[in-house]
Amino acid sequence: MSDDTAPDENWGQQFDRLPPTADDRVVDGRPSREEVIDWWDERFGVDPAVFDGYTFWEKGAGKIWAFHGEVVDPIEVEGLGMRILRTRQRHWKPSTNAVQRFCGDATRNVIELSPGEAKAFVDGHDQQLDRWEGDWGYLTAAHEIAGELEPLGVGLYLHGELRSTVPKGRQEDLVKLD
Amino acid sequence: MNPLQRYAPLVDDEEAFFAACERPLPSVVRVNTIKTTVARAREALDDEGVAYEPTDWHPGILKLEDSSPGTNWPYFHGWLHGQEEVSALPAIALDPQPGERVWDTCAAPGSKTTQIAAMMDDEGVLVGNDNNLGRLSALRHNAERLGVTNLVVSNQDARNFSMKPYGERTPERDASFEQFDRVLVDAPCSCEGTCRKNPDVLDEWTMNHVKSVAGIQKGILRRAVQVTKAGGTVVYSTCTFAPEENEAILDFVLEREDCEVVEWDVPDGFETAPGITEWEGDEYDPSVTKARRVYPHHNDTGGFFTAKLEVTA
Repeated sequence: MSDDTAPDENWGQQFDRLPPTADDRVVDGRPSREEVIDWWDERFGVDPAVFDGYTFWEKGAGKIWAFHGEVVDPIEVEGLGMRILRTRQRHWKPSTNAVQRFCGDATRNVIELSPGEAKAFVDGHDQQLDRWEGDWGYLTAAHEIAGELEPLGVGLYLHGELRSTVPKGRQEDLVKLD
Repeated sequence: MNPLQRYAPLVDDEEAFFAACERPLPSVVRVNTIKTTVARAREALDDEGVAYEPTDWHPGILKLEDSSPGTNWPYFHGWLHGQEEVSALPAIALDPQPGERVWDTCAAPGSKTTQIAAMMDDEGVLVGNDNNLGRLSALRHNAERLGVTNLVVSNQDARNFSMKPYGERTPERDASFEQFDRVLVDAPCSCEGTCRKNPDVLDEWTMNHVKSVAGIQKGILRRAVQVTKAGGTVVYSTCTFAPEENEAILDFVLEREDCEVVEWDVPDGFETAPGITEWEGDEYDPSVTKARRVYPHHNDTGGFFTAKLEVTA
């Protein structure tokens, strides 16, 4: 049970709230709320105010969840808000769902795809896209729909190639409607 | 025997009722306002050449003219969710508000849950519970695709739902709570009302199943009332016409828990019938007439039952 867990361990069966800042850190390697919000700002230009009212949680090593409410800490449930970020690795990796939810107004590291490229991206294909002159690493892939740019998901850009990280389950969403 | 014959004495127009039950159901989607606006979703469908018609009672609920339009960007973006038209009613009766604590007792696969999240502006604590782990993964997939961030996914038996994970016995902890503002009991049922989508439910229908599922319904609704604060709201809904699973359940719980049936605002242009007080020799509390029955021929939908309860202590 959670009661048996020392406060300085990460325990995979429960959600633990992130410390506000690095100075408040008790569990080794756990990112702070501030670091998570700064990451979205630095990587994609997401306004930190977007996350006002959100609480941030870790379940399992490095899997960060954002929840738009308050519950007790720790809490033992199956899910808490949305998985947004994989940390505890050199390059933090955002989730498809989080990029769709929070990067609508992103100002940095957004690559706009043509209709054909967007379709290929969502189908999970990697593509040679030499026109990108920005950072390597995780990008928000977006396309135009109903007159505005809308995020599709996360692409990993390396050596001129945009690799799709759209999960299999979401690839099917393009054709399903009933 | 076609179990629908049992309900002939209840409906205003027998012939229209049976005729509607034979027709397939139109494909319907709900616009997910967590990720877009109704106007933008409709513009995207127009751009894709997907034909639709808004329902005359809800601008964000659209009937599609062709159920398999192929590649569909608005669906991929989580702007749309396939949801039977009539199943939008319980969340409307529940009327959840941003920042509240809400429990959806039988949440998977999540059509009503995600509708509730949108009505809460995706803010507060929405506990989506289901006792079936397989169905919970469908709930999680739908919630994530639709961008829901105020959902707590829970795997308990709703009949003896424990508030302990939320800090019931540890009120000194920050953000602990022991009661909800609102609870939706969209109960497992014999599902006769879905016969237009799945005619098999009529072949599989047995009175024994009705009786066994009624026991579960009573247990869940009692627990729902117990964990709702005084003045709070519990909505009870099913997709069956069987009074044994509808008015009889309300009557049972009204006698045992502190609650009363109240009127709820059915959307303009949506036709319903009152709950019934007599069935096969049984009599029910007169207040169950405030519950609303939906028959397929009324609005060209599936069948449904929705009651709103106010918790009194």
